Amino acid sequence: MDQPNNPKLNKNLKCRNRALFLVLLGLVVIFYGLAMVRMSGS
Amino acid sequence: MRIAMQTTFQHPFPVINESSSIDSSQASVQDFITLLKPGVLLLVTYTGLIGSLLSSHLSHPFLLLIAILSIALGSGSAAAFNMWYDRDIDALMSRTQKRPIPAGKLAPHDALGYSIVLSITSVVLMAFASNWVAASWLAFSIFFYNVIYTILLKRWTSQNIVIGGAAGAFPPIIGWVSMTGSVSLEPLILFLLIFLWTPSHFWSLAILRAQEYKEAGVPMLPVTKGIGETKKQILIYTIALIACSWLPVFMDMSHWVYGTFALGLDTIYLYYAVCLYRNPDKSACKSLFIYSIVYLFLLFSAILLDFYLGF
Repeated sequence: MDQPNNPKLNKNLKCRNRALFLVLLGLVVIFYGLAMVRMSGS
Repeated sequence: MRIAMQTTFQHPFPVINESSSIDSSQASVQDFITLLKPGVLLLVTYTGLIGSLLSSHLSHPFLLLIAILSIALGSGSAAAFNMWYDRDIDALMSRTQKRPIPAGKLAPHDALGYSIVLSITSVVLMAFASNWVAASWLAFSIFFYNVIYTILLKRWTSQNIVIGGAAGAFPPIIGWVSMTGSVSLEPLILFLLIFLWTPSHFWSLAILRAQEYKEAGVPMLPVTKGIGETKKQILIYTIALIACSWLPVFMDMSHWVYGTFALGLDTIYLYYAVCLYRNPDKSACKSLFIYSIVYLFLLFSAILLDFYLGF
């Protein structure tokens, strides 16, 4: 939750949330890629 | 954060009284990366990559990439677990005081959860990217490092890093198995190289930090047997390592390109080990510790170079 009196903390939390989103997106891409490669017969 | 440590050399389970007010809101992305021990992760992953490439059974490049990523994640998860479990010791040593947990930036339970999620993810990814044999080897190596080394051996015996060092030697086997589905002689030679390399690497650091390890209650060899015995063991393991470094040539796994590199690298390693044996001062210990990292990276690179040149 944002803390109105702590901009540094808020920036930190936003950065972490962004990183977490990218990691989850990356995992989705990886599993999709694995499925595609496996279905192609590798 | 209040910590009361009640460890002895015989007691593997620390009792820690921690303040419940620690949360992870101050932890940055960098702190989560620090938990993975990125330097160790890179070297470990590199040796795993070498194991894969030497197998001559390369699968689809994307599958290879994910298999190597799995090794990296597995290594990182073990590092995070180690930082969680050893947070009491880390708080007592200047080398590790600034780690995220002892520095109060990250709640211990978050680090543990992070480690668990990473380890499960790494094993699942490995299973999908390669095979269940490689995934099992990866799971075992994570278990070995976390349970055998971190929980049981580290606080119990001065041979902790000798036996526990096997965990860091598994990646070439995992890399090989991820491509072939089975173990053979070549990855076992790579395993042996890292296994014999580990003692001189860690004990040179342990001599530098002997007093801190003593105060933290960790039974590293310089603490239990003294610097005299430690420098002798370093020299013995160095000689064993050098002998083992010629196995790839004798087993026809590598040829003169690797042999040339090995000769040069071994000579320098022996030089540093003898310097440390004669005078185990700060400079000698630091030199051997840093060179040992360079040595392993270059030796494995030489194996790969020799393999691809095909002379």
